[in-house]
Amino acid sequence: MNIVVCVKQTPDTAATVTVEGGEVSWGDAPLVLNPWDEYAVEEALQIKEEHGGQVTALSLGPEDAQEALKQSLAMGCDQAILISDPAFAGLDTLQVSKVLAAAIEKVGDPDLVLFGRSSVDSDTGITGTQVARRLGFPSLILVSKVVSLDPAGGKIEVERMLEEGRQQVAGPLPAVLSVVKEINEPRYPSFMGIRKASKAEIPIWSGADLGISDDLSAAVHWPEIIAPPKIETEVEMIEGDTAEEKAKKLAQRLAEEKVI
Amino acid sequence: MAKDIFVYIDHFQGEALPASWEAVGAARSLAESLGGDVAAILVGENVGDLAEQAIQYGADKALHVEDASLADFRPEPFSSIVAKIASDADVLLMPTSGRTRELAAMVGVDLDTGVIPDVIEMDTADGAIMAIRPIYAGKLLSKVTIPVNRPQILTLRSRAFPKPEPDSNRSGAVEGVEVEIEQPVTEVTGYGETEAGVSLSDAAVIVSGGRGTANNPDLEPPADITDEKEQEIWRAQQGFKLIGELADVLGGAVGASRAAVDAGYIPYSHQVGQTGKVVSPDLYIAAGISGAIQHLAGMRTAKTIVAINKDPDAPIFKLARFGVVGDLFDVLPPLTEELKNR
Repeated sequence: MNIVVCVKQTPDTAATVTVEGGEVSWGDAPLVLNPWDEYAVEEALQIKEEHGGQVTALSLGPEDAQEALKQSLAMGCDQAILISDPAFAGLDTLQVSKVLAAAIEKVGDPDLVLFGRSSVDSDTGITGTQVARRLGFPSLILVSKVVSLDPAGGKIEVERMLEEGRQQVAGPLPAVLSVVKEINEPRYPSFMGIRKASKAEIPIWSGADLGISDDLSAAVHWPEIIAPPKIETEVEMIEGDTAEEKAKKLAQRLAEEKVI
Repeated sequence: MAKDIFVYIDHFQGEALPASWEAVGAARSLAESLGGDVAAILVGENVGDLAEQAIQYGADKALHVEDASLADFRPEPFSSIVAKIASDADVLLMPTSGRTRELAAMVGVDLDTGVIPDVIEMDTADGAIMAIRPIYAGKLLSKVTIPVNRPQILTLRSRAFPKPEPDSNRSGAVEGVEVEIEQPVTEVTGYGETEAGVSLSDAAVIVSGGRGTANNPDLEPPADITDEKEQEIWRAQQGFKLIGELADVLGGAVGASRAAVDAGYIPYSHQVGQTGKVVSPDLYIAAGISGAIQHLAGMRTAKTIVAINKDPDAPIFKLARFGVVGDLFDVLPPLTEELKNR
């Protein structure tokens, strides 16, 4: 199995994210492997452990965005490649998917391309499907379980988590999957893995390396990032001598305020 | 003449998502400022009824594509159909769901245009839509626009736009459209048990539980559960039973904090927060949830938040409209009883 896992570097979810002068700031919170992508990396490694093959982690970002790839390597990916070019700054998913599809083709003959369900920063959840469309692979998003995988027969069956419940879908390989948290428990990098990752020289592919010469311009623009309106709420504490009394008062207040 | 505003009606097992009708309502408002008619798109096996409903909810016309091969949604054939119908459009709206995330993404590639998912507000300026969508799970908001490419594809988050009242006297053209239908490459082989109760995204009321659900040492687990972890899970399930009963009385859905999900108290599909679902109900009752920043990000836009927690210093109280310091095991049963009688 030749598996490509696409990862992104994001601020930690515990970060307090603010906007200052139009720029997003997450203080001194660390940049990490996008939490959703940990599940994608883990699934890639588990599939490799069962079926053999090679796992390549790909990430698109600025030249210093190596943390997500280092963590992918530390977890056990065989190689990591950073896709970076000044021309790639500020792209939307339409163009990011073009760049990633070109990079996946350069890695060559993938059987499976894995994504996390979305990134915790821009949170669109559509890049994987757009890559699938460009490569002509089926898109299977929100996968909670790989039910069966038959590399020789070129078939995969997965369980997906939709709003309405679970759905089983079968399709041909190669395929693009996005995975949800239920699929596995990501491993902690081993000591050896961390050592290997810290020494690794991560190659950087530019637009020229990918044969992308056309001028990429984002279809989607985001002229302004704003802080959400502050929630002006003064908590009203419901007092009472017993739980019953508090419950009764709460029900009464909810009715008075026409909440129920 | 102004172009039609297209709305894709997402449906599952014969029923449209409520958010599909919310999108029709939003399209009506756009038609007022941009001009043009509202045209609903329906794709599936038997969608004639839904096409009629789209008219009642405010569409001026409904275009439907029907074929036995379209019984189950698959993004590849559905996208090709929608891309053909909406190729000259300026605006294509959809509700947000797992299906439309794929559909919007593929139509965007096919028509070489931008996609804005999870829109919570919309306005128009110079004939283009200026949308607002949450980023960082709602910790920030981004103004987003598609200045040049067309159509502008937006998926609207559930409950962000008002659902219009259906009007059975409305009339409009319902047209079957003949387009070439490609053979799907994937096959839906089955459905697991559908989650009982109301979906979190559509729920007007959500009652959520956290770590506190396991915190009742008085409860004695059955003798055959000897493992300490399993005893803890059993206790938590008793807590979630109380949460479920309150949710039932209010016609709401059951949510959970990440801590409760990670501890195995309740399946992940109930998780509210940055790595779960972002919800926006009218009433959110948090029981035994302290209020980690990731959880608050997922429910801060609820209209009214009620916090029930033993710890008076729990951060959840800072966001709440009403707070009760107390044990959920003591407070929930009389609250359920009280609300039953109202």
